[in-house]
Amino acid sequence: MTPLQNFFDPGILGQAAFAVVVSFTFAGALIAVLPRNILYSVLGLILCLTGVGGIFLYLGSPFIALMELLIYVGAICISIVFAIMLSYPLHLSLPKRKLPKVAGAFSVALLVFGVLITIIFRTPWQPAAVRSTDWSVNTLGAYLLTRYDLAFEVISIVLLVAILGAILISSISGRRSS
Amino acid sequence: MNSLTTYLFIAAALFVIGVFGLLQRRSLIGMLIAIELMLNGASVNFMAFNRFLAPDPIIGQVYTLFIMGFAAAETIIALSIIIAVFRRIHSINIEQARNLRG
Repeated sequence: MTPLQNFFDPGILGQAAFAVVVSFTFAGALIAVLPRNILYSVLGLILCLTGVGGIFLYLGSPFIALMELLIYVGAICISIVFAIMLSYPLHLSLPKRKLPKVAGAFSVALLVFGVLITIIFRTPWQPAAVRSTDWSVNTLGAYLLTRYDLAFEVISIVLLVAILGAILISSISGRRSS
Repeated sequence: MNSLTTYLFIAAALFVIGVFGLLQRRSLIGMLIAIELMLNGASVNFMAFNRFLAPDPIIGQVYTLFIMGFAAAETIIALSIIIAVFRRIHSINIEQARNLRG
């Protein structure tokens, strides 16, 4: 097998794509957290969520990956951009960072990471004895409307209440300040 | 690529980056972005357990859809609160929102 054929081997190509997806995720997450300009953070969030969609693809669920792109990248990031446009004057000077706050945040994050890693590597994960392997969208839809229909209904009600509450909050504050 | 701990590690790293951003940011929108990162870490965790451990490979996907719906609702509410706060104090720096301080 020549090196070129070796490169196009699906296993190696799959691993390379996985590495690309994971690096998208981490680079996007760091870009979302570190810069002081908030617009870069939104762009980093978009990169990170695209990477997470790719990870969902590797976890065997193309439907959830598409939903990730549609809901997170398409809806949530765009509404965050709208909030930035409505609230944040970019020409004003950005606040300086305080070093103790950043150091404290970093140490707390490191502590949480240590605890999580300890839990992950010390727990003996046992797969369930009988596992069905039906991953399809058809089964997901059928279950969502039969066995797990409470989740479906609760999401609908929560979204309705959230939209009404958002309209109420912004209209009340507008009336009081103007 | 095909082991549970890889995905759990990715999810833990995402969550921790979100915690760091949440504690270190002072603008409300930055904190909202950090919360989205933490929710995504939780989603990756659910999907990994769904893929490798669960007896029924639907429940993790249902949970992830649930988290996405709640994230959308939470973003709507948070953005309207941000706009209300901005109208009141003309800033979204949370250290200037101190009306309730004694």
